[in-house]
Amino acid sequence: MSLLEVTGLTTCYQLKGGTVHACRNISLRLKKGEALGLVGESASGKTTAALSLVKLLPDNARVVSGSVWLDGRDISGATEDELRRIRWKEISIIFQGAMNALNPVRPVGDQIVEAIRIHGKVSEKEAREQTRSLFESVEIDAGRVKEYPHEFSGGMRQRVMIAMAVACNPKVVIGDEPTTALDVMVQAQVLQLLEDLRRKREMGMILITHDLSVVGETCDQVAVMYAGRIVETGPTETIFLKPAHPYTMALIAAFPNIEGERNRFGSIAGSPPNLLCLPPGCSFHERCAQALPYCREQEPEVLELSDAHNCACHLYNKQVNQQWKVS
Amino acid sequence: MLSLAVNKDALVLFKKNLASFWEIYRRNTMGLIGLFFLIFFGLLAFLGPHLVSVTTLVVDGVTQTLHPPTPGYWLGTDNLGKDILAGLIIGTRVSLLVGVAAATISMTIGTIIGIVSGYYGKTVDALLMRFTDVFLVIPWLPLVLAMAALLGPSLGNIVFVIGITSWAGTARIIRSQTLSVKERPYVERARAIGAGGTHIMLRHILPNVFPLIYANTVLVAAIAILSETTLSFLGMGDPTRISWGMMLHYAYEMGAVINMAWWWLLPPGIFVVLVVLSFTFVGYALDEVFNPKLRRRDL
Amino acid sequence: MESIVARPDLLEVKDLQVHFAARLNLLNALFTKQEAVVRAVDGIGFQIRRGEILCLAGESGSGKTTAGKALLRLVEPTGGEILFNGEDIRVFKGRRLKQFRQEAQIIFQDPYESLNPRQTVFSTVAEPLEVNGICACLKEKEERVTEALEDAGLNNPRELFLRYPHELSGGQRQRLAIAGSLVLKPRFIMADEPVSMLDLSIRAGILKLMVGLRDARGISYLFITHDLSLAWMVSDRIAVMYLGKIVELGSADQVIKDPLHPYTRALVSVIPAPRRKSGEKRALLQGETPDPVNIPPGCRFHPRCPQAGSRCREETPTYTEVQAGRFAACFYV
Repeated sequence: MSLLEVTGLTTCYQLKGGTVHACRNISLRLKKGEALGLVGESASGKTTAALSLVKLLPDNARVVSGSVWLDGRDISGATEDELRRIRWKEISIIFQGAMNALNPVRPVGDQIVEAIRIHGKVSEKEAREQTRSLFESVEIDAGRVKEYPHEFSGGMRQRVMIAMAVACNPKVVIGDEPTTALDVMVQAQVLQLLEDLRRKREMGMILITHDLSVVGETCDQVAVMYAGRIVETGPTETIFLKPAHPYTMALIAAFPNIEGERNRFGSIAGSPPNLLCLPPGCSFHERCAQALPYCREQEPEVLELSDAHNCACHLYNKQVNQQWKVS
Repeated sequence: MLSLAVNKDALVLFKKNLASFWEIYRRNTMGLIGLFFLIFFGLLAFLGPHLVSVTTLVVDGVTQTLHPPTPGYWLGTDNLGKDILAGLIIGTRVSLLVGVAAATISMTIGTIIGIVSGYYGKTVDALLMRFTDVFLVIPWLPLVLAMAALLGPSLGNIVFVIGITSWAGTARIIRSQTLSVKERPYVERARAIGAGGTHIMLRHILPNVFPLIYANTVLVAAIAILSETTLSFLGMGDPTRISWGMMLHYAYEMGAVINMAWWWLLPPGIFVVLVVLSFTFVGYALDEVFNPKLRRRDL
Repeated sequence: MESIVARPDLLEVKDLQVHFAARLNLLNALFTKQEAVVRAVDGIGFQIRRGEILCLAGESGSGKTTAGKALLRLVEPTGGEILFNGEDIRVFKGRRLKQFRQEAQIIFQDPYESLNPRQTVFSTVAEPLEVNGICACLKEKEERVTEALEDAGLNNPRELFLRYPHELSGGQRQRLAIAGSLVLKPRFIMADEPVSMLDLSIRAGILKLMVGLRDARGISYLFITHDLSLAWMVSDRIAVMYLGKIVELGSADQVIKDPLHPYTRALVSVIPAPRRKSGEKRALLQGETPDPVNIPPGCRFHPRCPQAGSRCREETPTYTEVQAGRFAACFYV
């Protein structure tokens, strides 16, 4: 059984210029201890999709439809109070700039102790104890709990945020670009740490990122988003070796691969569409090298290509292809 | 043909900018109220002398002195029998003129000192800022009184005195904004294409501190009007012209308080408050329009 | 690419140093007599040939950006020589400096920040011409601007003339920034992480444009990046910097496929490879780059080096040519 099952999640934003469907009809599955990479470029709706799970959205955003099952329980109808309990304890989030969210004038340890005590009835001493062991679990010397945020480097502060996120042994951790602002070496260290923690604690993890390679190394499953829709999902290996959707193919080709050929720049023509006025049919057809005339007319449905490998593209819909040829 | 296109399109661009500015501004209620009153006072200042007949301001010995409001003399008369309403309307021009002119002088000095000080830094900054500090800390009123007394009571002198004593705060604000703007990569880019200090200050820093200048000018104008009122009230005003401060001055001197002549004291006071408030409202509204951080999130 | 080796140098850097006085906090200022110095760039040397793309790679704090800016005199070097076409740019002043600025241009990392938000597209690209007093008449200026925008890959440039940067997409903005450099017809461009803020699908287009300009006009580049795989893609040679020094320099293929210095090896091993076989361990370095105020004695990399011996703690390895065209600073190569 899946730990997390999301079906048909749609979220929209009310903007001055109209309604924007930041994510449309998102369906995801996450097993216990598994990592899912949610990949997309800026404004592809990946962050909105993840935050919609626990309804951590700005005032002008609204989850329109969809269900979210966490561990056999439907949380899509949960009240704000219930959601507050679910966040952090069951689904916790590591934000991109989280390391800068620490209060600069209080010792780091105190801030974690406080957070632990707000969420659970534990004594001060217990919370301190817990904080020290959390520090050790993210490979920071427990003696440093008394230090202030400025005494930590960016990578160390991100570790502190990870420690906070896993403090209550959540079932699912969502990392929203958790390593984007970090140096390559530190990024590798933090990703390694996240992987170790996930395996040790058997947490499910959703890693939101624009960086395909990060996903390739740390995730079991990949979901590729474009213009608010998931265009392809599948096991990491399948996605990288046999990508089906033209967008996924182009993304992988655009990625500098030191095992490949030098001086080959795979690029995708044009730029991502404006969410306020999406092109008709498949949102990608304007930039797609393999677009069929039909792609302009109708939005492709999600097709199951093989076990757990799904793709939303007309190229794989025999019925549509035949129909089109006939008419 | 192309050059023509660029010139013609400059107008289009200006219109586009203005339209997008108005789009944000019109959502600010306070700003709209302020703007309404400013337009009202502006019209009053412009048309004032055409609205009232000069005769109502002449001491004719016919009209009753110190008369409470009656039809014909809607706000009553003063001790010489002059119409208060007519005085108010005529006075608008002087008050607004002093406010706008003094604010312009003040902003010009403040902006130049602020930008130069912030951009060059080091010794230039230290010298200019200590000079600014002097103007910030000297007791304002005695200085202004002394200067006004020295230069003599004329409208030009009043504008000058207020203008050169009120720029210090502005210089500080502009300087701190300059410090932040000059660290932006586009300023470095300008250096990389070979631009010198003057060019960078005019083309890159000034346009990016301009919003602050607009907002501040309006606020300084409010202060300048208050200052003019204060100076006139204290008898340092231009005796040949009617301003609200002058009216207050005469009302006080001629015993409006003792005679309970509220119609003489209150109207100029209320007008000063209204004008200052509307300038302030517009100033804050501009600040909000140009400073997205203060803007209510309305996405 | 072999022919590039034979080309003459455009830029030669010898023992370049950029030191800053460190900002101390009050306590330190009171109790330390010695003035702390940030040795951002601490004696580096390399050449850039005509039409060559040299990549300066390193993590933050390695001094790569400072070094790049020193080459353009945007940061004043405190020591060493920078020869541009055989002339020392450190003595350039006034008109000569201005002329040099036309020949050596910069592209910044963030196309959102490097363009003045209150300047239209036309004014952004025309400004370099105005500053340098090139083309007096508007018509000629418009032609140059149009040409530069086209060269930067922006279609229908005239329609963009009156747009503001915020009305353009990220890729268009970076192209606009490039047009602002190209309009001066430079021979050298220092590109500081030019694609790191852009989406993956747009990056390749910008890189292609830059490499294309090299091929067509022989523009030389110093390409600064933290991303070694990107460095490998675009550059002819790669120099890897750590804490203000170059630890290794060689052709792109050599440095990536056969790194000599332990630091380069570690960096190469953490290049995220999408198709890495699971279970393969990366050579993660412990800790983070130290502060350039307190540079470790001996080899500055020794505290994090998996191979460090006692000699590394005491002596500084010299930066030498270990093979033809390959330089490294390590006792063990």
